[in-house]
Amino acid sequence: MSTWMEILVAIFLLLGSVFSLVGAIGLYRLPDFFMRLHGPTKATTLGVGGMVIASMIYFAGQEQGISLHELLITLFLFITAPVSAHMLAKAAMQQKLSISEQTRGKPWEQ
Amino acid sequence: MKARRFLPHPLLSLCLMGVWMLLMNDMTFGHLLLGAILGWLIPLVTQVFWITPPRIYRPFRLFRFFFLVLGDIVVANLQVAKLILGPTSKLRPAFVEIPMLLEDELALTMLASIISLTPGTVSADLSDDRKTLLVHTLDVADDEQLIAEIKSRYEAPLLEVFTCSTT
Amino acid sequence: MLDYVIALCLLMLGIALILTLARLIKGPDLPDRILALDTLYINSIALLVLFGVWLGSDLYFEAALLIAVMGFIGTVAVAKYLLRGDIIE
Repeated sequence: MSTWMEILVAIFLLLGSVFSLVGAIGLYRLPDFFMRLHGPTKATTLGVGGMVIASMIYFAGQEQGISLHELLITLFLFITAPVSAHMLAKAAMQQKLSISEQTRGKPWEQ
Repeated sequence: MKARRFLPHPLLSLCLMGVWMLLMNDMTFGHLLLGAILGWLIPLVTQVFWITPPRIYRPFRLFRFFFLVLGDIVVANLQVAKLILGPTSKLRPAFVEIPMLLEDELALTMLASIISLTPGTVSADLSDDRKTLLVHTLDVADDEQLIAEIKSRYEAPLLEVFTCSTT
Repeated sequence: MLDYVIALCLLMLGIALILTLARLIKGPDLPDRILALDTLYINSIALLVLFGVWLGSDLYFEAALLIAVMGFIGTVAVAKYLLRGDIIE
């Protein structure tokens, strides 16, 4: 494997893990549930995306030829992450979780 | 109930075949054939469960829209990362109600998913009459501006693609 | 060079998992815990993909895909249970 390919793999790996870490930090330190929802749904999904791209480049550099099947994981996560976030938000609104005082507007009561 | 057709969802069949090829990670003729058979058989067996897909009027517009959203997702992540790592007391979270013009189920699902994946917004609930979407935002200064941006950036292209009107 | 980068990535993902675990224990409500579990499985997918690169093995992909499918169904099932008190209506 050539050096520039290795550098590319390293960049995407670092990008992926930094995004995963940021998502987890958001989950840990933001004050209320609806704000915490933002971290995992975006950052973590892209974190896995970065990892997957790195893995694709890495295995393309090996002898066995191009492998695209890692794309399935990213595709699946990008379809499912909004759905689970939506379900969780609905559940949280029904449970009437406390929201931080800075929040403008109110959740519905259906 | 609809009458049974020989090839109920051509697009779904193509997608299934593509997923099969990706899953097998092997571009030989045998797997192509097997994928084609599966792509034909699965929609045929399960066609009772599927909703009628909306007609796509402008496929190329959809294609361009896809890349716009992909770019937005990356930008959104950088913004959210900045917000998360900054001071939390300065954030201005809000629940915003957005009136919807879209009526089709698939288009609404797509819009809600896109809203969840892009800058600082998560779609939280859809009203029972499917006219209003409740969105939670992480940091927003002006509600009206956010509504206008979502409508022009994401809803308008979807409207164009699925209903062929430009309003 | 790649070995050092992978070690660093493992460290970052490990910290991420610990933070998520802290949220899982701390709560304070049920939806928070479900969200923490959701994040935990997505992070473990990233960890598995990273493992695959580290060991140069293709096998971890299957495990990662299975976790992605099962984790999503688990999250939706639990969220639905919270919402309705029942999973299958």
